[in-house]
Amino acid sequence: MNELYITPEFEVVRNENRCIACRVCERQCANEVHSFDETRGVLRSDEIRCVNCQRCVSLCPTHALKIVKNNCTLRENANWQNATIKEIYKQANTGGVLLSSMGNPKPMPVYWDKILINASQVTNPPIDPLREPMETRVFLGKKPDVLRRGADGKLLTDLEPQLSLSMPVMFSAMSYGSISYNAHASLAAAAEALGILYNTGEGGLHEDFYRYGANTIVQVASGRFGVYEDYLNAGAAIEIKMGQGAKPGIGGHLPGAKIVGDVSRTRMIPEGTDAISPAPHHDIYSIEDLRQLVYSLKEATDYKKPVIVKVAAVHNIAAIASGVARSGADIIAIDGFRGGTGAAPTRIRDHVGIPIELALAAVDQRLRDEGIRNNVSLVVGGSIRSAADVVKAVALGADACYIATAALLALGCHLCRTCQSGKCNWGIATQRADLVKRLNPEIGKERLCNLMTAWRHEIMEIMGGMGINSIETLRGNRLMLRGIGLSEKELSILGIMHAGE
Amino acid sequence: MKKEGEIRIPSGCAIAAVISKEGKRMNGDGIVRSMVPMHERSNGLGGGFAAYGIYPQYRDFYAFHLFFDSRDVRKDCEAFLRERFEIVHAERMPTRKIPQITDEPMIWRYFLAPLPSAVAAMQVDEKEYVMRTVMQINSEKNGCYVFSSGKNMGCFKAVGYPEDVGEFYRLDEYEGYCWTAHGRYPTNTPGWWGGAHPFSLLDASVVHNGEISSYDANRRFIEMFGYHCTLQTDTEVITYIMDYLLRRKGLTLQEAAAVIAAPFWSTIEAKTDAREREQYAFLRMVFPSLLVTGPFSIVFAFDGGLMALNDRLKLRSMVVGEKDDKVFIASEESAIRVMAPDAENIWSPAGGEPVIVRVKEGAKL
Repeated sequence: MNELYITPEFEVVRNENRCIACRVCERQCANEVHSFDETRGVLRSDEIRCVNCQRCVSLCPTHALKIVKNNCTLRENANWQNATIKEIYKQANTGGVLLSSMGNPKPMPVYWDKILINASQVTNPPIDPLREPMETRVFLGKKPDVLRRGADGKLLTDLEPQLSLSMPVMFSAMSYGSISYNAHASLAAAAEALGILYNTGEGGLHEDFYRYGANTIVQVASGRFGVYEDYLNAGAAIEIKMGQGAKPGIGGHLPGAKIVGDVSRTRMIPEGTDAISPAPHHDIYSIEDLRQLVYSLKEATDYKKPVIVKVAAVHNIAAIASGVARSGADIIAIDGFRGGTGAAPTRIRDHVGIPIELALAAVDQRLRDEGIRNNVSLVVGGSIRSAADVVKAVALGADACYIATAALLALGCHLCRTCQSGKCNWGIATQRADLVKRLNPEIGKERLCNLMTAWRHEIMEIMGGMGINSIETLRGNRLMLRGIGLSEKELSILGIMHAGE
Repeated sequence: MKKEGEIRIPSGCAIAAVISKEGKRMNGDGIVRSMVPMHERSNGLGGGFAAYGIYPQYRDFYAFHLFFDSRDVRKDCEAFLRERFEIVHAERMPTRKIPQITDEPMIWRYFLAPLPSAVAAMQVDEKEYVMRTVMQINSEKNGCYVFSSGKNMGCFKAVGYPEDVGEFYRLDEYEGYCWTAHGRYPTNTPGWWGGAHPFSLLDASVVHNGEISSYDANRRFIEMFGYHCTLQTDTEVITYIMDYLLRRKGLTLQEAAAVIAAPFWSTIEAKTDAREREQYAFLRMVFPSLLVTGPFSIVFAFDGGLMALNDRLKLRSMVVGEKDDKVFIASEESAIRVMAPDAENIWSPAGGEPVIVRVKEGAKL
């Protein structure tokens, strides 16, 4: 009944001349697309179950498989497009809210792609990162208003707690439960090796990972799963999750099927119960309440940990960020509407929130206009896809970027956008032991390190081209950016000039 | 075409400076001539000088040098000044008509004493009061521009080659213990006289050779604190950064140099003295947005001394020499040799290494 009127989205094309009926595809597919017909000795496909995760394609030893878009479509209609009609069928079949995963796939403007970066010519030499020092280290945290000196006249060097990063990128929050033990192990070990930080997400911290504390941000979300004193003190920083770019205004939802074994213990909730985070923090109904939670967490950790407040990019983000900057938070993390998720209502993911580029530009300028940019560091995510995006974000005013989808891609994710099913064939967004073991944490760590090392090299090349040899002087350096194909209004919000100006 | 201030115009340059550690006064002829061998480093689109100790008879008053577009603007601006200061003396700037310098604006100078009641009403100290007045005139009042505002010092600048600018302003008639000079090579059309160097605020002045790559990061940071970068030049933003670090934050010159030309992290970590390491790291962590990257050599002059500083990669030439009580700094040794043919100890300071010269204590300036 649930599949009434729904035709398969993909077609499994099996080259029978190449197929040797080794049945790897059958064993690899947790969605049970492939089956072996014993009587005829051939493999068959039930394409309605296929999510196009490419697992079978990647592992087929004879390259006999490809997954293509099903060209059996409904009659073309610009207003009633195929996907829209199928969503209607699905809802008529089930009466449910549509669920999706990962970031907004709609063709919305990606401002990163409409921003171009400068380089030095003649009047100012480019700097060669192969021959000259090129610094990418950043510190996140409050900067002092007043400098004090000791009796000897030297500056007193005590500071509010700061986070040191070897490059302006961190792994963003993904909870244990939404992703696997091995995925967390890969992220934690890579963060440590790289000198950056990863983020536990809202699912608590597995006891095995306490040893990565110096490279860990522990998150406190509205469900408070796994939050207790040792957890708060385990990390280098604490993040209060007020919102998420993929689903502003609602909380996380992890189905009971994923709350098994260690996930249940780490979250401190019974096995099999749904972990539903409330939409608001029920102790935060306004900004003054946020201040109390910030200081409660600081009290609990003896003022040794910077507190990050993560908010989704929504319409009034500049004013919200200004409030947060005055709430005692050390760092504000803003998550744009293209950010990923392990599960979100499709309508919310695709229609709520604003692009991170505009949110970042508006917030950075607002905090400067109010003279409080120094009170906080700004971290942005959702979605940062490459070193060029990082450079543009920093030049717009970010202190650092959060990446999550890019990190999952490095671990093998093929962006099939069905994390909510819990049947991730790549061992990432699943708790099924047979699937989880497909992700080797050692290899995962190495691939994450490779990705970040590559980005760091690219960041240094781009900076050097601009004649900049420290990431600090790229930050907020909007003169290094130009827009292409943007309206006056967009340029004015981004605070950049058009190419040619 | 956009006027300077509406558009950012990068430029290359020549700089020179001389200071007497004894506080002995020299007339401006020497520094003006020192710019001649560096003629090729300018292109006639800007030149200027700063001189210290030139107004001893008015040493207690702020000497404002202003450009005006018209008589009406001047009248209006004078009314504005009168609300805030007692105008002790006002006069047209003495100049010499020469064919090389044309299209000059009206140039006036004023010796001003802030009205104590107005300073008290603003709840700031006198220097902050003067600084805010300068910012207000330069950012809000069309057609007038304050290009010098310190005590017992003055800036003189124009569109032209520096040696001509010196003659135009009759600098051979002034006596100062410290002089700095600048010849400009803008890569775009000349804006207007205000865009020439030195750039000055209160007693401090900056001459600068280079084009900094950190400009907008520095500008957007410093503008949080009441500074308005109306000219969009590197020199302007460096002047404000120095004012902010020294006057507002109370840093020493060495500390300020460690902010704007901060040592690399690798250099800091290699320092054996833990205290020193901590101090450098602290300054970098607290003022990351005031690091200046890209090529620069600057001479920052102030009441009683000067500091020369190169960017940390030393991407611009700058040499220092000495003779008797005098210290010379210039983009090229040739300029020093003009001022002192037998100058000694000629050396090139390393990138990021500040050279600080102060007039000895007790000298009457």
